[in-house]
Amino acid sequence: MNWKRKDLLGIRDLSKEEIVFILDTAESFKEISKREIKKVPTLRGKTVITLFYEPSTRTRTSFEIAAKRLSADTINISSSTSSSTKGESLKDTARNLESMRPDAIVIRHGMPGAPHMLAGILDSSIINGGDGSHEHPTQALLDLFTMRDKKGRIEGLKVAIVGDIAHSRVARSNIFSLKNFGNEVICCGPPTMIPPHIETLGVKVEYDLKKAVKKADVIMMLRIQKERGGTSYIPSTKEYATLYGLTKNHIDMAADDVIVMHPGPMNRGIEIADDVADGPSSVILDQVENGVAVRMAVLYLLIGGEA
Amino acid sequence: MKKRVVLDKKAIQRTVARITHEILEKNEGCTRMCLIGIRTRGVYLANRIQDKVKDVEGIGLPFGVLDITMYRDDISKLRWPEVKKTDISFDVNNMTVVLVDDVLHTGRTTRAAIDAIMDLGRPRKIQLAVLVDRGDRELPIHPDYAGIECPVNDDEEILVRMSEIDGKDEVVIVKTR
Repeated sequence: MNWKRKDLLGIRDLSKEEIVFILDTAESFKEISKREIKKVPTLRGKTVITLFYEPSTRTRTSFEIAAKRLSADTINISSSTSSSTKGESLKDTARNLESMRPDAIVIRHGMPGAPHMLAGILDSSIINGGDGSHEHPTQALLDLFTMRDKKGRIEGLKVAIVGDIAHSRVARSNIFSLKNFGNEVICCGPPTMIPPHIETLGVKVEYDLKKAVKKADVIMMLRIQKERGGTSYIPSTKEYATLYGLTKNHIDMAADDVIVMHPGPMNRGIEIADDVADGPSSVILDQVENGVAVRMAVLYLLIGGEA
Repeated sequence: MKKRVVLDKKAIQRTVARITHEILEKNEGCTRMCLIGIRTRGVYLANRIQDKVKDVEGIGLPFGVLDITMYRDDISKLRWPEVKKTDISFDVNNMTVVLVDDVLHTGRTTRAAIDAIMDLGRPRKIQLAVLVDRGDRELPIHPDYAGIECPVNDDEEILVRMSEIDGKDEVVIVKTR
């Protein structure tokens, strides 16, 4: 397959072939992280900047480790330590960074479309590391990778996405990719957290968690997005936990070989019970492990070859 | 396209048999030895050497598959070459690694393969076995075992076809211009 993209802005733009190609490439890179010397020279001399305007543990570390294992140099900038606190605009920050000739910029920003704006004005490859409640493409890719690994397929699955659908970029990106492959997607959460007209994306809506997880092959739990005002959409976290917290009982209603996913960070005891998060159906740490391989593949495909 | 057959099926069989015997002779048997085939056709060739060793010595040698794409020196000049899986499930430390490839030309693939193996551990020795040595080296690399030496002109190309992937066994020279 001939990869032609400069940027990875969203999973909505990607064709099935492109997605499978990324997953296959990630498969080849996964082995490197299991070596004693976890490094290959593939991206020697390339520079990757991570520019994060929102907090992150997993995504930023994962991108940095991915880049380093491919021998690229990485520089991390977070909004709290950058000149944005002095009033510099995103556009100016980005243009200044570009003058230092990076090959890729991974950006996370609270504003949907921020990566798209940068992609339009910069020559560097732009990777969307999460833009507001819009998209988080590498998360959807690593979720697909994990599903393919655990289920052997990414088609014809019944997937329940549970929680704050309205504010979740993880939900949105996963809906796009899962529907692209013809999966059955059920969005579940309190009515205030289900965006109106979400059915137009081809998903079903279910307000009862028990019904949503029935015979599900995959259960994807989301956290309440406190930073996007999530708690104001529910009467109390305690009530939310009672109605939408995933427990062992729900696992018993799902398919026998159900897998439970969570993009992290988890709020144990709220959306997910301890014994589920740490139980045999949980693939939450596999997701994190696969994230590195998937991000290696994305970096390689975007900046590995000649543009 | 005009083609000239250099090795046919029978000749390839004999050549693989000879290379296998040379490997066994030079290493005095095959203790702590493994075969690593370079994708794509080196893998099938290594497979055949493995079978032959089993016939002769009754030993199944550890066998690995190596994709050298991540180690290419021209990677940034290429338009996204596909990265395939490397599958070496054994420990290469203190092993005699016999690297297997179909054609040895510039030596750049071999250099990449040596680097890739060195990243996995510290083998006792690395030896190189190729079916065809077409000469014209750009690096100081020499095969330990070569099926045939076959220099070709600039306007010619050597094609190794193996039944596992190409449907038939032959080594041919074709005119490219």
